[in-house]
Amino acid sequence: MRARAERFLPFALLLPAVAFLALLIVIPMIQALILAVIAEGGGFTLEHFERMAGDVNFSDAWRNTLLLLILIVPLQIVLALVMALLINSRFRGHGFFLYVYAIPLAISDLAAGILWLAVFTERGYLNSSLQGAGLIQQPILFLSFENLPGILTAIVVAESWRATAIVLLILIAGLQLIPRDFFEAADVFGAGRFRRTIHVVLPLLRPSLQSALIIRTIFAFQTFAVVFALAGRNMPVLAGEAYVWYAANRNEHLAAAYAVLLLGLTIVATVVYLRVLGLREAEVAR
Amino acid sequence: MNARVLDRTLVYGGAILLAVWVLIPLYLVAISAFTPQARLFDYPKPLVPTTFSTETMQFFLEARGVIPSVINSILVALFTIAFGLALGTPAGYALARFRFRGRQAFQVIVLATKMFPIAILSIPLAVTFLQLGLYDNLIAVALVHTAMALPFIILVTGGVFVAVSHELEEAAQTLGCSRWGAFLRVALPLALPGLAAAAIFTFVISWNEVFAATILTLRTRTLPAQVLAGLGTSPLGFKFAGGLFMAMPAVAFIFLIRRYLMNLWGSR
Amino acid sequence: MGFALVAGIGIERATKVFARTTAIKGISLDIKDGEFMVLLGPSGCGKTTLLRCVAGLEHLDDGRITIGDRDVTDLAPRHRGIAMVFQSYAVFPHMTVEDNIGFGLRMHRRPKAEITRRVAEGAELLGLTSLLARYPAQLSGGQRQRVAVARALVMDAPVLLMDEPLSNLDALLRLQARADLKRLHKEVKRTTIYVTHDQVEAMSMGDRIAVMREGSIEQVGAPMEIYDRPASQFVGGFIGSPPMNFLRGSVRAGSFEGDGFAFPISRVPPKVDGRGLLLGVRAEHLRIGDQGVPARISVVEPLGDHALVTALVGKTPIKVQAPIDVRAKPDDDVRLAFDESKARWMDAETGAAL
Repeated sequence: MRARAERFLPFALLLPAVAFLALLIVIPMIQALILAVIAEGGGFTLEHFERMAGDVNFSDAWRNTLLLLILIVPLQIVLALVMALLINSRFRGHGFFLYVYAIPLAISDLAAGILWLAVFTERGYLNSSLQGAGLIQQPILFLSFENLPGILTAIVVAESWRATAIVLLILIAGLQLIPRDFFEAADVFGAGRFRRTIHVVLPLLRPSLQSALIIRTIFAFQTFAVVFALAGRNMPVLAGEAYVWYAANRNEHLAAAYAVLLLGLTIVATVVYLRVLGLREAEVAR
Repeated sequence: MNARVLDRTLVYGGAILLAVWVLIPLYLVAISAFTPQARLFDYPKPLVPTTFSTETMQFFLEARGVIPSVINSILVALFTIAFGLALGTPAGYALARFRFRGRQAFQVIVLATKMFPIAILSIPLAVTFLQLGLYDNLIAVALVHTAMALPFIILVTGGVFVAVSHELEEAAQTLGCSRWGAFLRVALPLALPGLAAAAIFTFVISWNEVFAATILTLRTRTLPAQVLAGLGTSPLGFKFAGGLFMAMPAVAFIFLIRRYLMNLWGSR
Repeated sequence: MGFALVAGIGIERATKVFARTTAIKGISLDIKDGEFMVLLGPSGCGKTTLLRCVAGLEHLDDGRITIGDRDVTDLAPRHRGIAMVFQSYAVFPHMTVEDNIGFGLRMHRRPKAEITRRVAEGAELLGLTSLLARYPAQLSGGQRQRVAVARALVMDAPVLLMDEPLSNLDALLRLQARADLKRLHKEVKRTTIYVTHDQVEAMSMGDRIAVMREGSIEQVGAPMEIYDRPASQFVGGFIGSPPMNFLRGSVRAGSFEGDGFAFPISRVPPKVDGRGLLLGVRAEHLRIGDQGVPARISVVEPLGDHALVTALVGKTPIKVQAPIDVRAKPDDDVRLAFDESKARWMDAETGAAL
């Protein structure tokens, strides 16, 4: 009988966490669905989704969210890859640099937006430096609603700056799984640092690169505070619209419709992610 | 220059360049936050500050609602740590110590929730909390933050308990402890630094969270919610001081948990 | 501590099943009080699992365990009257040597004065007195091992369990620690179960040895009994260095014939004609000379006090312990004489001794 009690112990230990997550994730998910399809006076309706799709900002929000995704994710991965390979070369003092590179991990997207606002604002440090160097005669309005490339650049820079740390940690964890022998073997066969990276390290790092790619894709759908800090409502994004419809326009049904859309996108990306992960386990077993 | 010297120059040059990239916005917002408000619109700005003043910072801290929101943020973070560790530590321990049916399924759940946009769920949750009388309540925010932090807590504590040899607990059991007593007297004290790291990371998650905090509160704002709500109307000095105030803890916190960074996002 | 100070251990039909495999298969074993019983076997044979079942760290799926006259099958480790020394020593890193040794006494709420006295005694017994204030990180492996032993001994539990306590020490230290443990056992006379995969340890320390294989006990007996009369090919091959030699063949009309050899034999077990047999002979029972079984020398290894000679009987390599001045060299044709009374006959199919 003790043997049986012992067998139940792990489940008893997991139960609170699982129950809590179910309560705070599964139930609200169902509620979001319901909110999004019931009419103001009760009864099923698709009116909220229709209103969402017909909203002036909807297509802009879509375009901007995808644009940011396409611009930010590759930039982050390249930056993080360079950082990770540098750290992994274990030069003297690499621990300090890892610490510095990881600092943005603990900085919110709102704070990151404000940090870069100091750079990109009209009388900010970027304009000051450009003018100081004699490259411009008067400040450029990076964050004006008329300057979409300017706003985009600022957001891409700020968000890449912030979330590169997450990708970095994923890649370093992946690099640590590669036995040091591989690096030495590459030395023996005369691969230079660059060729070694391309031919030996990158293929071995593919699983980590894939996870980083998918995790960042999922998070990119949630981008909002960094955009608000830099551009206000000049640049609608999907998560921002959900916030605006709930907080400013007091329409929980439309906000819920946006929430359902974002959940759907996440679930699709998660399924892809788990597929990839499953693939990786097969690779490890092989 | 021989190849080795070139190599080292490239490595250190690259490393320093990237460190500058990470540190420069922190530096710039710091000097902005300690520039008097009137001089914030100087143009072109010097990259090395000529004046130092706490006026802007004072203006921010004395602005209506800021100090209460800081206190709220700390309270929410502490509640989140309490809930999160209470729920997550047993689960992390179970993952570290037992091979059981459904272990993999549980790990998949943890991985999936790590990426799940829980903040978005505050929209339907706000409706529920309104009905339960929990709307505009710090506990409600802490509950959502707990759901966001829980997967990280489970992974970090799992890693921590793996590092504490099971034989130590078994030895304690043969020496007169119950299972629970062995955990309390041996595993827990040894896991404490790791649990502290989990607590710190939980604090970071909660301290930084904007979306849920904004949706779920009206007057009882946390600091990020307060700053976000004022983005459209507040002067630049307020934003810079607020940005610095929100970002500052990161420098200390990442230093404190640097040994556990790998457990947070290592893809296991 | 409320336990009988002498206690035998009874294990009856003990069975433990892990997810896929049966770790121990209905083992029964009686250990007398004060006895030093060694569980010996290769890794994965179930010896540690059996020990952990006695300790209460694993729970039996079937069968029962008694300590003294108490059935402890369903008791928690702390209620069994056992103390244990772990392979990794499991010395608590966050406590001083003194607190480590006194931990069990504190858990049993002994009076302070008694704890101080017994910790001092235990430390004295293992030569740790000068190290009491240190933390484990400041100790050598050998010292940590002694802390683990002292911690178990001060418990005054009637049963002492040891799981490969010497396997993490280097060779020289192991020799010393082996002698120390044997001396301690003589002084404190606890009923002891000692798990090891090292047959030399088992031979030198055990009152009796239980040789285990794949979750079952192959043979239980005093060390010399097991050495001289192994109950199976497995035991003969596991105990002794070099292991027992085996020749495979069958007996026909007073002659033992196998692959490439045939020689007359006088002491044959009854009713074996035509059956597949194994003839087991230890290296020290063979002599190189001009009488006996024809063989060809293949390797000669001088080992200081003797030489180990490998000779081919037919196609089977046979190890012979020869005097160091043996004149054999590779490719010499020689004859091997052996004492038939010391040879063991086994069934070639089952490996069981006849």
